[in-house]
Amino acid sequence: MRLVLAGAANGDFVAVEWVYWILAIGAVAAALAMILVRRAVHCAIMLAVVMLCLATMYAMEGAPFLAFVQIIVYTGAVLMLFLFVLMLIGISSSDSIVETIKGQRLAAALLAIGLLVLLALGIGHAAIGPAPPATAANSTNNLTGIAQLIFTTYVFPFEVTGALLITAAVGAMVLAHRERAQPRPTQRELAARRLAGGHLAPSPPPGVYALHDAADRPALLPDGSTAQDSVSSALSPRDPNEPPRIVRSEKTPEITEGTGERDPEPASPVVPSGRAEQ
Amino acid sequence: MSPIHYVALAVILFVIGGVGVLVRRNAIVVFMCIELMLNACNLAFVAFARMHGNLNGQVIAFFVMVVAAAEVVVGLAILMAIYRARRSASVDDANLLKW
Repeated sequence: MRLVLAGAANGDFVAVEWVYWILAIGAVAAALAMILVRRAVHCAIMLAVVMLCLATMYAMEGAPFLAFVQIIVYTGAVLMLFLFVLMLIGISSSDSIVETIKGQRLAAALLAIGLLVLLALGIGHAAIGPAPPATAANSTNNLTGIAQLIFTTYVFPFEVTGALLITAAVGAMVLAHRERAQPRPTQRELAARRLAGGHLAPSPPPGVYALHDAADRPALLPDGSTAQDSVSSALSPRDPNEPPRIVRSEKTPEITEGTGERDPEPASPVVPSGRAEQ
Repeated sequence: MSPIHYVALAVILFVIGGVGVLVRRNAIVVFMCIELMLNACNLAFVAFARMHGNLNGQVIAFFVMVVAAAEVVVGLAILMAIYRARRSASVDDANLLKW
């Protein structure tokens, strides 16, 4: 980046132009991909590409402080926050492509073209002159200049920004907070509940002593009864003495009934799967 | 590069972000598109700061970043609350206020 900055200052415009066009095409392509890909995670990665391109452009435009803030705060913190929430909501969440409002995409495209024309006309009418070399603004130092402005001219907005950040943090905590419906059971209550339940030892995981150790086989207790609560409530428990159904081959999954307790041909690739029968 | 190039790129990115806000259904993606629009504004601010030869635009872009961070924090918290209540992050499903 130092090299790019020096290039901009020395008037080596060819290199800067090349870098600009590469970054601009990359940013626009990534932004287009962002609104076209269906999965939200891919969207986040495309947004990261756009932000990094813009950070490099800030560095080219004589704003190294903003470039680093862009990388550290935006790409590093804000985007990671997006990814955290994506992980909580479901990483594979993707958009439905059904149009719920009739003609919404067409209307959106028309609006976009209208906005583009409007903004282009606005820029065309504005008098945007050539840029002075970036060193003109950064007469002392970019960081020093920004600090001087923030703590003199913009000191009040800066304070208000601090209040805004605190309010946002408290608001997020309030929104994310969930009140417990009942008080948390104490250790003594937990111990009493376990004594009353009859099982002093931890309850067995699924498949213990059963004929098969799939996750949907409930465990057999030492007295021969089945422990129904050893299977997750998301699965439907099966009879622990039911012989497993075996899928012979991965290419042609023919479902055969297992005859004995053991697979008659242990050398063949056997996938004893609970899902195979569904 | 003259500032017009940067401003033109900012306009294109802004419009793309606007299309994303209008078209996408996943609320997180809508948020990301809003971030894209804010980034485009920041690019224009930085380009204008360069054009005018002072640092005011850069300071404003810095404030925009701070406000965007606050907005993302609150927005994602609201999103989490809606997701906990409705098990969906789609903007179509949050329609209790619709008449």
